[in-house]
Amino acid sequence: MAAEQGNVDPMHQFTIEPLFGTDHWAIAGHNIAFTNSALWMLISTVALWVFVAGGMKRELVPGRWQMAVESMTGFIDSLLAANVGPNGKKYVPYIFSLFMFILFANILGLLPLGLVGVHPFTFTSHFTVTGVLAILSFSIVLIVGLAKHKLHFFSLFVPHGTPVWLLWLIPIIELISFLVRPFSLALRLFVAMMAGHVLLEVLSSFVITSANSGVLWGTVVGLPSFILMIAICALEILVAGIQAYVFALLTSLYLNDAENLH
Amino acid sequence: MDAQAAKLIGAGLAAIGAGMAAIGVGNVFGSFLESALRNPGAADGQQGRLFIGFAAAELLGLLSFVVAMILIFVAK
Repeated sequence: MAAEQGNVDPMHQFTIEPLFGTDHWAIAGHNIAFTNSALWMLISTVALWVFVAGGMKRELVPGRWQMAVESMTGFIDSLLAANVGPNGKKYVPYIFSLFMFILFANILGLLPLGLVGVHPFTFTSHFTVTGVLAILSFSIVLIVGLAKHKLHFFSLFVPHGTPVWLLWLIPIIELISFLVRPFSLALRLFVAMMAGHVLLEVLSSFVITSANSGVLWGTVVGLPSFILMIAICALEILVAGIQAYVFALLTSLYLNDAENLH
Repeated sequence: MDAQAAKLIGAGLAAIGAGMAAIGVGNVFGSFLESALRNPGAADGQQGRLFIGFAAAELLGLLSFVVAMILIFVAK
C-alpha cells in the first residue's frame, strides 16, 4: 500500500524471503527453501545452545555464566513448582526450552543490527511459528491428560460444585474455552510482537518523512517521534520478556489441568 | 459509502478496543500495586496471578489489533 507512494511500508519487514533454495525445492507441494525465518530460528537455537553450554561446567562455586544459566533454570523450576506442584518437575526441560527459545527470538529480533546492514527477522511475529509452538504445548496437555487420567480427563469440563441444572451449559462453555487455548496462546505472542514492530516502523516513517520535508517539520514532528521510538524500544524489550514469560506461564497452567485436573 | 472507506473506518473503530484493553491492563496492575502496598508480604506470591490477569486483559486488546489488520490488509 504505502510502498507505492515511496514511503516506509510497515509490513515489509515481515516478508519471508528464501535465502537459498527456490520454489522448486518442494515436498508434497510445500516449499522447503531455507528462508530468513529459518535462518533466525537457527541463530536463536545456536545462541541458546551456546548460552546453556557455557553454564554446564557444574562447578561447586558457580561463576557468573553458570550463575546466569542456573538463575534461569531456577526461575522455570519455581514457576512449575508453584503452578503444577511436585508433578511439574518433569516438564522443566520443555518449559525451559520454550521460554528461552521465545525470549531469545524476541530479543534477537529487536537487536539494532540494521545499522550494520543485517536485518534481524522476528520469527515469533508469524502465526505459523507461534501456532506450532502452541500446538506443541496443547498436544502435550492432551497426551499427558488422556494417558494419565484416561477418560476421567473429561471431568475437566465439569468443574467442582457445578449445579445440576447447569450441567447442560457449563461443559459446552468449558469445552469451548479449552479448544480456544492454542489459538489464544499463539495469537497473543504473534500479535504482541507484530504490533510492536509495526509501531516502531510507523514511528520511523514519521521521522524519515518529516526530516525530508525541512528543518521545521523535522524538529516539530521528527524529534518527538524519535524520542518516542527510543522509549517504545525500551518497552518492546519489556514486552519481549513478558510475552515469553506469559507463554511459559500459561503452558504450565494448562499442564496443571492435565496433571491434576481441577 | 465506498467499500475502501468503510474498511478504514472499521479499522479505526477497532482501535477503540486497544484503548479499552489499556484500561483493563492498567486496572490489573493498578489493583495489584494498591493491594501489594497494603500487604507487601503477600505480593510476591501473587505475581503469577498478576500476569495471568494481564495476559487475559491484553489478549482482548490484541484481538482488536488483529481485526484492524484483517480489515486493512486481508478483507476484500
